[in-house]
Amino acid sequence: MEFFLISLLNGISYGLLLFMLASGLTLIFSMMGVLNFAHASFYMLGAYFAYQIMTWLDAALPGVGFWIALVLAPLIVGLIGAAVERYGLRRVHRWGHVPELLFTFGLTYIIVELVQIVWGRSTVPYAVPQALGGSLFTLFTTNFPVYRAFMMGVAIFMLFAIWLMLTRTRIGLVIQAALTHPDSVEALGHNVPKVFMLTFGGGCALAGLAGVIGGNAYVTEPSMGAQLGTILFVVVVVGGMGSLAGAFVASLLIGILQTFAIGLDWSGIDLLSMVGINVDSSSFGYAVWSLTLPQIALMLPYLLMVLVLIVRPRGLMGTREN
Amino acid sequence: MNGVGFRPIDLGLYMAWVVTAILFLVTPLFFNSGFAISLLSQMGIMIVFALSYNVIFGQGGMLSFGHAAYSGLGAFFAIHALNWIGDGRLPLPVVLIPLVGGIFGAICGVVFGYVTTKKAGVPFAMITLGIGEMVHAGALMFPGFFGGEAGISTNRVVGTPFLGFDLGPSIQVYYLIAVWCFLSMIAMYAFSQTPLGRISNAVRDNPERAEFIGYNTQRVRFFVLVVSSFFAGISGGLAAINFEIVNAEQLSAIPSGAVLVATFIGGAMFFFGPVIGSVIFILFAVALSEYTPAWQFYLGIFFVLMVMYAPGGVTSILLLNLRVAKEGLFRALRKPYLKLIAGSLVLLAGVVMLIEMAYGLTLSLGVGSMVKLAGIEFDAATPMPWIIVALLLVVGGWLFGRVRRDFMQAWDGVSQQIESRAGQAAAGGGR
Amino acid sequence: MNALELAAVRKNFGKTEIIRGVDLAVPSGERHAIIGPNGAGKSTLFNLISGRFPVTSGSIRLHGEDIIGRKPFEINRMGLSRSFQITNIFPRLSVFENVRCATLYSLGYRYAFWRRLSRLRDARELADQIVERIGLRSRRNAQAGTLTYAEQRALEIGVTLATGADVILLDEPTAGMSRSETERTVELIRRVTEGKTLVMVEHDMSVVFGLADKISVLVYGQVIATDVPERIRSNAAVQEAYLGTSLTES
Repeated sequence: MEFFLISLLNGISYGLLLFMLASGLTLIFSMMGVLNFAHASFYMLGAYFAYQIMTWLDAALPGVGFWIALVLAPLIVGLIGAAVERYGLRRVHRWGHVPELLFTFGLTYIIVELVQIVWGRSTVPYAVPQALGGSLFTLFTTNFPVYRAFMMGVAIFMLFAIWLMLTRTRIGLVIQAALTHPDSVEALGHNVPKVFMLTFGGGCALAGLAGVIGGNAYVTEPSMGAQLGTILFVVVVVGGMGSLAGAFVASLLIGILQTFAIGLDWSGIDLLSMVGINVDSSSFGYAVWSLTLPQIALMLPYLLMVLVLIVRPRGLMGTREN
Repeated sequence: MNGVGFRPIDLGLYMAWVVTAILFLVTPLFFNSGFAISLLSQMGIMIVFALSYNVIFGQGGMLSFGHAAYSGLGAFFAIHALNWIGDGRLPLPVVLIPLVGGIFGAICGVVFGYVTTKKAGVPFAMITLGIGEMVHAGALMFPGFFGGEAGISTNRVVGTPFLGFDLGPSIQVYYLIAVWCFLSMIAMYAFSQTPLGRISNAVRDNPERAEFIGYNTQRVRFFVLVVSSFFAGISGGLAAINFEIVNAEQLSAIPSGAVLVATFIGGAMFFFGPVIGSVIFILFAVALSEYTPAWQFYLGIFFVLMVMYAPGGVTSILLLNLRVAKEGLFRALRKPYLKLIAGSLVLLAGVVMLIEMAYGLTLSLGVGSMVKLAGIEFDAATPMPWIIVALLLVVGGWLFGRVRRDFMQAWDGVSQQIESRAGQAAAGGGR
Repeated sequence: MNALELAAVRKNFGKTEIIRGVDLAVPSGERHAIIGPNGAGKSTLFNLISGRFPVTSGSIRLHGEDIIGRKPFEINRMGLSRSFQITNIFPRLSVFENVRCATLYSLGYRYAFWRRLSRLRDARELADQIVERIGLRSRRNAQAGTLTYAEQRALEIGVTLATGADVILLDEPTAGMSRSETERTVELIRRVTEGKTLVMVEHDMSVVFGLADKISVLVYGQVIATDVPERIRSNAAVQEAYLGTSLTES
């Protein structure tokens, strides 16, 4: 019971983090038709900037650094994103969507290399601030960290803010329109280039924020974007391209699935013996049956993606394909 | 460089193939150091891989981020086959090992391609990334086949020698690669001239229209993927022979990204583009990497600049200039080109110096000095080199702006001349 | 048996009814034009027939066979081919290649990767014939993306023809053309649809009256009249639907 609840909470917090990233990606994609391959790199930048800000400020103003970073780092990342759109992506726009994707793909390499130049190739000690350390509550024998709760809180707050913006503000209505009728947006007479810049910058800022709160919960190193980036795309495919609701469901699903898989040390052999089939090292396919859930946990999102593709190719709630 | 739409220049296809064959035969005679032979061998492998990638990318319009799954899996099957030959369990001449790689690459293409080609366009790209990572993650789960972290190693000098060659010396391996590369090139070119090949072009250009001329585009993409994975598997088999080791990294996003970069910078719109791109890529990855740890950064910048300014790749730049030469107008560009090169060199020197010093600082964390441009050492911890860098960047930037403007003027002038000539020709001899 | 038969066809997009019960019967060999004011649903109707959109209810039969729910490539293989309102060709292929690609499936070459295109004489000759008939011989090897607008539309007609289909749908084939280009295109259409069934959406009345054997008038998703051109001209309901636009103008 304890395991179930703790894993559920952990899975939800990881899923919410994924959704923070996936929502930014979906917004950019729906608005501009661009799949931002570098999205996870902006996540990484958020974490590194937060680390650097904390390192600089903690000497002078102990304890405050993280909170300042929480606001400042995403802003900086958002500005960088806007600049990338204005001076880079915009030029590529005329060649079509595939070159745009290739541009963001190349950007990933460059961002990773730049991060390595400035901060080196190994992990940086970006740590949870003391104020948010410790455990929130103890369930039987397991602690549930305060920071996890904080992460979930920030994620939920951010998503609520986005929902408010989308439904209550003018720019939000334009974006909503773009989600279902992208061509009409251009005809609406809005300053489309500016909207593009804001959307891209905003999406990247969201990714940066995810990095600020995720980088110290997990690990902050140059390769942190790579694995997450792939999972991100799986989320979007499973949820359905261009669907925020689908991305939400898919993020939570994958987050919970992976967390449970890592925690449950079952193997195929255990499952088979539950139905009375005994497998040992001489049986056919032993290599497959002997795999444990934690071992295949990494692969689960991809297996889910394959399943969705075969059974329901347009994703759980897919709308537009572009 | 835009403005002039170009026609593909009629090189006389046979001439091109003959020249290619001669180049394959003769190059190692001029560049015969051990390092050069290794470089050439790796280029040959990359050429097959990149051409296989272009079958789906440039010709089929399918952007894949997971193509290394096929070359990697082909390599694993090939290396196991090679070990079986060594054990005496498989009476196959080693020279046919690439075919083993190809066949298994194609089988994997059937299995994974069935899933991936359910979608097209951007969703397809993301799915290939997912499948690629899945295969990569899967590799570490089955150490019996994939050899875990260390991978699987082999000895290629096994079995009965073929025509007296036992593939011990690396020059023999080079020629094996060259033969397979040449044959693969011909095969892939021939494929592009078949009904399926041409229809894949149509699907690339306008998938909806292709449906309306009777073609199930999903089937077309699936078949094309299988053909492509066959040749990718061949490149994997060649790699297994060349390096005598295969490990899980060959299934990862790194070679998948590499082949995309190589194909694109060469020019995906032309059959020979990936050949040029592979040569350039290997020069960056194997040769340049000997001199600087920043080679990936340079490659990344080069790639992004290509995407932004020359999406047709190096080949398109070459062809545009060849067309100018064909019209006899190259003289007008000679001086602007020289000025452009001179001007950019200053800027380039500043940028390279900046990057090298930055890398030197982070990586050596102590004495930040490195060898630079014909052996001058700079200590990156002192301010002096940075001042030089700043100067170079400022001066170079200004110079580059100037010469670039002059060049674009000259280029536009030449383009206009060519277009008006073409217009006159059409008006005169047309309908 | 009619070449094309629609019965009680309806199409809704969400809550909006675009096609509200269309009945249409086109016998083999007839040239049938569909006219109507803007927004009547003409292109939607084409998209329903060619399988691009799914039908909400009703039936569509091609040579007596039900084609509802079939994919576009299946419908094409059954003998129906269409052009598009916005020019739809293969821009990076040459004019000749565009047409040749359209011939391949019906000539039986399917997904062949073991035969050389240049050796397929029937495909080559057929494609050349069509290129000649659509008047693009001088542009045979030009990249389709570099053609003028009128040339691209002619090419599209050629591609539509080349599939060997006997039921041809042309969606506003003369849209955006000058007077002389329109006349040439009408001539072309008349020549190449000899013996085939043609269903055409058009705005230009001179084209319609010059080509069509029968005209159907589509207004707000319903056919209000189907008749020979002269009687359509004098039909009061039709004139009212066009709100004063005189059908005697050309």
